[in-house]
Amino acid sequence: MSLSNITRGLLIAQLKKVLSKESLLQEPETMRPYECDGLSAYRQLPGVVCLPETVEQVQAVMRICYALKVPIVPRGAGTGLSGGALPDSAGVLLVLTKLNHILEIDTQNFCARIEPGVRNLALSDVTRPLGLYYAPDPSSQMACTIGGNVAENSGGVHCLKYGLTVHNVLGLKIITVEGELLEIGGKTLDSSGYDLLALLCGSEGLLGVVVEVTVRLLPCPEYAQVLLAVFDDVAKAGSTVSHIIAAGIIPAGLEMMDKLVIQAVEDFTHAGFPKHAHAILLCEMDGAKTEVIEQISRVQDIMLQSGAFELRVAKDEAERALFWKSRKSAFTALGRLSPDYYCMDGTIPRRSLATVLTRIAALSEAFNLPVANVFHAGDGNLHPLILYDANREGDLKQTERLGSQILELCVSVGGTITGEHGVGIEKLGGMCMQFTSSELTQFLAVKTAFDEQGLLNPGKAIPTLHRCAEFGAMHVHQGQLTFPELERY
Amino acid sequence: MSNDLSHALQAQVKEALANKQTLAIIGGQSKKFLQTPVATSTLELVNHSGVIDYQPSELFITARAGTPLSEIEHLLAEHQQLLASESPHFSRGENLATLGGTIACGYSGSRRPFSGSLRDHVLGVRILNGEGELLTFGGQVMKNVAGFDVSRLMVGARGTLGALLEITLRVMPKPEAEITLRFECSLRHSAQCMVDFMHQSLPLSAMAWLEGAVFIRLQGTERVIQNAKQKVGGELMTNSPHFWQSLGEQTHPFFHAQSPLWRLSMPPSSHLEIPEQALFVDWCGGLRWWHTDKSEDEVKKMAAKQGGYAYLFRDAVPVSGDVPPAHLLALHQRLKKSFDPQCIFNPGVMGDSV
Repeated sequence: MSLSNITRGLLIAQLKKVLSKESLLQEPETMRPYECDGLSAYRQLPGVVCLPETVEQVQAVMRICYALKVPIVPRGAGTGLSGGALPDSAGVLLVLTKLNHILEIDTQNFCARIEPGVRNLALSDVTRPLGLYYAPDPSSQMACTIGGNVAENSGGVHCLKYGLTVHNVLGLKIITVEGELLEIGGKTLDSSGYDLLALLCGSEGLLGVVVEVTVRLLPCPEYAQVLLAVFDDVAKAGSTVSHIIAAGIIPAGLEMMDKLVIQAVEDFTHAGFPKHAHAILLCEMDGAKTEVIEQISRVQDIMLQSGAFELRVAKDEAERALFWKSRKSAFTALGRLSPDYYCMDGTIPRRSLATVLTRIAALSEAFNLPVANVFHAGDGNLHPLILYDANREGDLKQTERLGSQILELCVSVGGTITGEHGVGIEKLGGMCMQFTSSELTQFLAVKTAFDEQGLLNPGKAIPTLHRCAEFGAMHVHQGQLTFPELERY
Repeated sequence: MSNDLSHALQAQVKEALANKQTLAIIGGQSKKFLQTPVATSTLELVNHSGVIDYQPSELFITARAGTPLSEIEHLLAEHQQLLASESPHFSRGENLATLGGTIACGYSGSRRPFSGSLRDHVLGVRILNGEGELLTFGGQVMKNVAGFDVSRLMVGARGTLGALLEITLRVMPKPEAEITLRFECSLRHSAQCMVDFMHQSLPLSAMAWLEGAVFIRLQGTERVIQNAKQKVGGELMTNSPHFWQSLGEQTHPFFHAQSPLWRLSMPPSSHLEIPEQALFVDWCGGLRWWHTDKSEDEVKKMAAKQGGYAYLFRDAVPVSGDVPPAHLLALHQRLKKSFDPQCIFNPGVMGDSV
């Protein structure tokens, strides 16, 4: 469905009254850059694109849309990997990147008030000279915005110790679907009434549009050190992760890469990873220097006992940065190995790491599609990347079937279909797998409490029961996910 | 004792719905200083108890709502673990507090600024909503963004959104040792003193101000603690665990004062003109406990002026505690209806309007 000419005309006429010419895009060629987010297999031109520069403009846009019953899809930098910011052809794409001011850095209260379009890394860049930083660090932190982080409840490599976005947000200002400004929380460590901050973090733009965020800033740790351990067997590396945690150590980050990833990354960054390794664990400790040194030594012992055949401690800050650069460039490096890849995001209990990795390897063989594994091992958040070629007949279909089976595997061992990338448009089928119809109905009721007419990011994150019924039927007959109303590229 | 009463409880909710009754959800009744719901019938959770799953190396525990909090804490301690939020029991030594009641009230103790709040550690819940449906949200893993975060929404909702049946909490390793250091410091200088300590990369697990002194608790291995102690100095307290427990459980002599006790959640460094002897500052300044006879209006305005909020925590008669702020009331009411359309659960516990 797209906007009727009459509604579109009316909408644009009203939007013109509140937005500058540069903030309102309506021609296909100017809207083209916004037709997809990080999940580029799904594309759609929006009805119009709005790029408000002030909170008042956001509010005005929302009021206009509400009055005309026009759907709104909020968007940050568009780095999301689940299609959460896929435009609606009948709606407004509300891009918040021009709201990019750091409003206040409060060193006395360890927090910052920022607009949603501020980039994740830009915030820490500004606060680090003051001895403070913002902990959540998704791998897209160079580009992704805080508003998007709130919508997706983004994690990152350090969330094992420092938590996800939800653990680091103190306050929000949101614009409701009706255009009302609501202030929730502030600079306090808790807020009055229901925990709306928890509900809004990760709500994927379905409940309101974030226009200001108060985030917690942490004092920069005195010292950080990273340990690299090499294994000749993925299962050994997997059980090492459990052994470290069982020893009562919570590393700041604990990441794992398998053989395929190690090779790709080494070709890309030349960090000196042994290419014959079957698995590498990166384990970072931070805090007081004595504490870090003590923990590194304990972790070294555990790794050796668990079968690591080579251990390296980054010799200086530059090498530490290089180790992390390798981890963070894994997706890019893999992109060079294969024309296309499909990134999964299931989370599983750590105890199942070895089993699940072995079963993924078997599935990969059965489907004849390589799967590379790079993930946040410490919290069991897997990112299997299925390498495929979209131009090869049937490859994408096979990839989606394999992906669906991997997610089923995650759910079957007590995990979840998405650890940090969100449901978006991509994992609606998975939601039907993970939740009962009563649970989905409850989610929809929560949605209705905020947005009765379903105008905010419609068709994302929470599937309708009708959708699930459809999915279930297809699932049985064809064993695959398809979204017939979506064009594929 | 392990006992699964899910289906009996579900039947009770359905019966209440059919008969248009309202239900007061009852746990261990440890928090009697809070107003009890005005309901026609009760839903007793204490016998719905037992630890369902505990995997020390997975850092989680799943237990039924009626499980005594003390039972969970003892079990974790056997495996050198703990609930990092240090939530109070308020059981007066009788082990009354249940896991469900603790979650429903959502209080966190002195460790909160360093290890997170109780809600931060909630990974999943199983609830009965107001239509008598058994629903599961979240899970046993830390990273999980499938669907809205209903699990954490339940924390502090005081049972108004549903009856908690099972809760999965993240657990943390128990530090090998802890010590508390005392530093003479006036209230006026305490905020800056705490900010300075925050920047020293210390293994902090609590920081408070009381009776003319700042108290900092350090945790970790013996070596780490000794090293930190040398760095900062201060006077070593001999009764560290008891000291913090008495503050958390409100058995410390400070809490013996007769005046009503107010809880103020504040930006940590904000200054309030409060007589020193009537004040206990926890959470590095983020939480203030104040014995005062001032009017509700006056205390709330004082807190709000500095960007915080306040509510009456204890008085001679049961109090309603935290109620939704006026500007969010309509949203609270709609959320309440989305979980409990007939408003059968805990009427009146979060103010008359929810």
